[in-house]
Amino acid sequence: MSQRLKGAKILVDCLEREGVEVAFGIPGGANLPTFDAVNQSTKIKLILTVHEQGAAHMADGYARASGKVGVCLATSGPGATNLVTGLGTAYMDSVPMVALTGQVRTSVIGNDAFQEGDTIGITRPVTKHSYLVKDVKDMARIVREAFTIARTGRPGPVLIDLPVDTTVNEADYTWPETVAIRGYKVQAEPPISLDAIRAAADAINKSKKPILYVGAGVIHSGAAAELIELAHKAHIPVTTTLLGLGAFPETDALSLGMLGMHGFEYTNYAVAQCDCLIGVGARFDDRVTGKPDEFARNAKKIHIDVDPSSINKTVVVDYPVVGDVKRVLRELIKLVQPLDTKDWVGIIADMKKKFPLIYREKHKVLPQYIIQQISEATNGNAVIATGVGQHQMWAAQFYQFNKPRSMITSGGFGTMGFGLPAAIGAQFARPNDVVWDIDGDGSFQMTAQELATAAQHKLPVKVAIMNNQHHGMVRQWQDLFYEGRHAASRLNPVDFVKLAEANHCVGIRVEEKEDVRKAIDRAMSINDKPTVIEFMVEQAENVWPMIAPGKAHDQLLGTYEQLSKEGGQPQRRRAQADEESKLSLG
Amino acid sequence: MSETQKHTLSCLVENQFGVLVRIAGLISARGFNIDSLSVSTTEDPTVSRMTIVVEADPIKLEQVKNQLNRLIDVIDVKELKENAFFDRELLLAKVQAKDDRHGELASILKPFDAKIADKYNGLVVIEATGNSGTLDRLVDQLRAFGISTLVRTGRVALER
Repeated sequence: MSQRLKGAKILVDCLEREGVEVAFGIPGGANLPTFDAVNQSTKIKLILTVHEQGAAHMADGYARASGKVGVCLATSGPGATNLVTGLGTAYMDSVPMVALTGQVRTSVIGNDAFQEGDTIGITRPVTKHSYLVKDVKDMARIVREAFTIARTGRPGPVLIDLPVDTTVNEADYTWPETVAIRGYKVQAEPPISLDAIRAAADAINKSKKPILYVGAGVIHSGAAAELIELAHKAHIPVTTTLLGLGAFPETDALSLGMLGMHGFEYTNYAVAQCDCLIGVGARFDDRVTGKPDEFARNAKKIHIDVDPSSINKTVVVDYPVVGDVKRVLRELIKLVQPLDTKDWVGIIADMKKKFPLIYREKHKVLPQYIIQQISEATNGNAVIATGVGQHQMWAAQFYQFNKPRSMITSGGFGTMGFGLPAAIGAQFARPNDVVWDIDGDGSFQMTAQELATAAQHKLPVKVAIMNNQHHGMVRQWQDLFYEGRHAASRLNPVDFVKLAEANHCVGIRVEEKEDVRKAIDRAMSINDKPTVIEFMVEQAENVWPMIAPGKAHDQLLGTYEQLSKEGGQPQRRRAQADEESKLSLG
Repeated sequence: MSETQKHTLSCLVENQFGVLVRIAGLISARGFNIDSLSVSTTEDPTVSRMTIVVEADPIKLEQVKNQLNRLIDVIDVKELKENAFFDRELLLAKVQAKDDRHGELASILKPFDAKIADKYNGLVVIEATGNSGTLDRLVDQLRAFGISTLVRTGRVALER
């Protein structure tokens, strides 16, 4: 039965049918009809953010935490351009999102009207696809297509630009049950080649030293159970990328934790030695591979990915397998044999004992210690969002991730300021889970204004700021590669307790090691407002180990050997992991 | 890595605004080099065909195809293999040729099935169609007359 409705009403009905529960954004001239209609929905919670970048990251955090499509709204011109960083972040990390932007009315597009911007043009390189609604009768089809494209195949952000007249004008409306996008059928569900899977299985079955190298594709595809089954059946150790953290439980005997630039020392050595590298939903990013020609140089390489354009992009592989990771893994599990990898797992376990994580206590408390304490206090069950920089790498190293969708971080785009709004989005998605934003003072300040959004909705988000009064990672690189010249990397001190209180949040400052856990426990006990803990941390601490850019995996800086000579103490992320299993590598 | 070669890609795309800029944007953002690109509608008015000639090694070529396929508005991408397609280009060239050299010019044009399409003020406009190699040879021969302006459409091709 068709109904005659205004464009904005059609839009809202479509959003409700797509399962949208929450939308983040800011109203303005060109999207007032849209806000008015969304506001009248009983199913969609409309969240006002302080800045549109916050709205985009909240939609992103919501999507990463829930697996559903995140939705953000902005007005035309500056509203839309403020979304761009958030779209780029979601695009690089394949996060399903729909951005709805207002646009000047169709009759004045191109006339430099007030708050007009070529939003489609500006966002083209950072979206999976985009639509300009030119006629209200196309509204329903476009919204249906946008959600389909955002969530299927390799997910990504889709933008719909809505000229204000298309939201006010009326059209006959029936919700389109089916979607037919002729240029998208194969991408949505790439056909699987059983021959390719058989060839990959043969390579695995012949290997003596296999490693599964796992990225966010496993999480997007919902294939964590299949991954565990494959690893356990064939006895293959598993390393994850930054975005793959949580795809495989780090308490598992076969977990190797994270690889790459700031991955574990023993993990990178293991990757350098393996004879069969099974890439699953990971894209051989330069932060993972170091020097591409040297990456796992002795290994036959298998690459399973839903996106054919990811295959052979940076590293040429021997066995490409295109397809949805979950479907491919299901087939692969049938074909792999239980391998005898005892020797290999033994070699890795020895390296793990020989090259554990390490740090040396100095005058002030160390961020690594704080993150260990958060890991302990939450039992590895919290949702962790981060900014970008040193704190992000320490979170990846020192927090023990056990479940998919527990690490929410900007990998590909490396967007500073992602942490707080992403944590807010995640808290909306999972109101009953504990959500922490582990942040740096540099990253945090880029979107700190969203504390107001968190406070307005009484979200119990916990923010741990590792305050070293620097852009710490920049300072580290300046020390390593620019002879210690700190060009614009020192930040003016900010009183984050006052900033928290000014935004109606609880603010706590911690200067001493013995107060770290108390502050964390206090934050964990506050359930009706955000808590910000400002940890005054050691300013000169570096993230180790490190593969310098363009170097191979066995050419590390800041090795265990070096740091132990300087008085460092070996570290575990959580005490009990190794006792649970003699073989544990995590 | 093997050597770069020219490859002809035949793409079916949605015939709507913004498609060309998506393809051009993708190609420039990924650092691929386009030799020529031609677009026109097909027997189905909702579909356009783009014939793109790129110079690339096989791995880069695979990347171009995969990246093009990622665009939602691209319906199909096909590489036209050597000897498995029929291709043509149209060339127009303004050359300097006074009346006394028209005979000489005609003898050059004849083997190419090219013709004089227009004449004025001592200039002659040559019109020729052929595959790219043939037109390259014609251009070489016309240089003796002095080419003042040259325009070519780029390759259009049909699979055999």
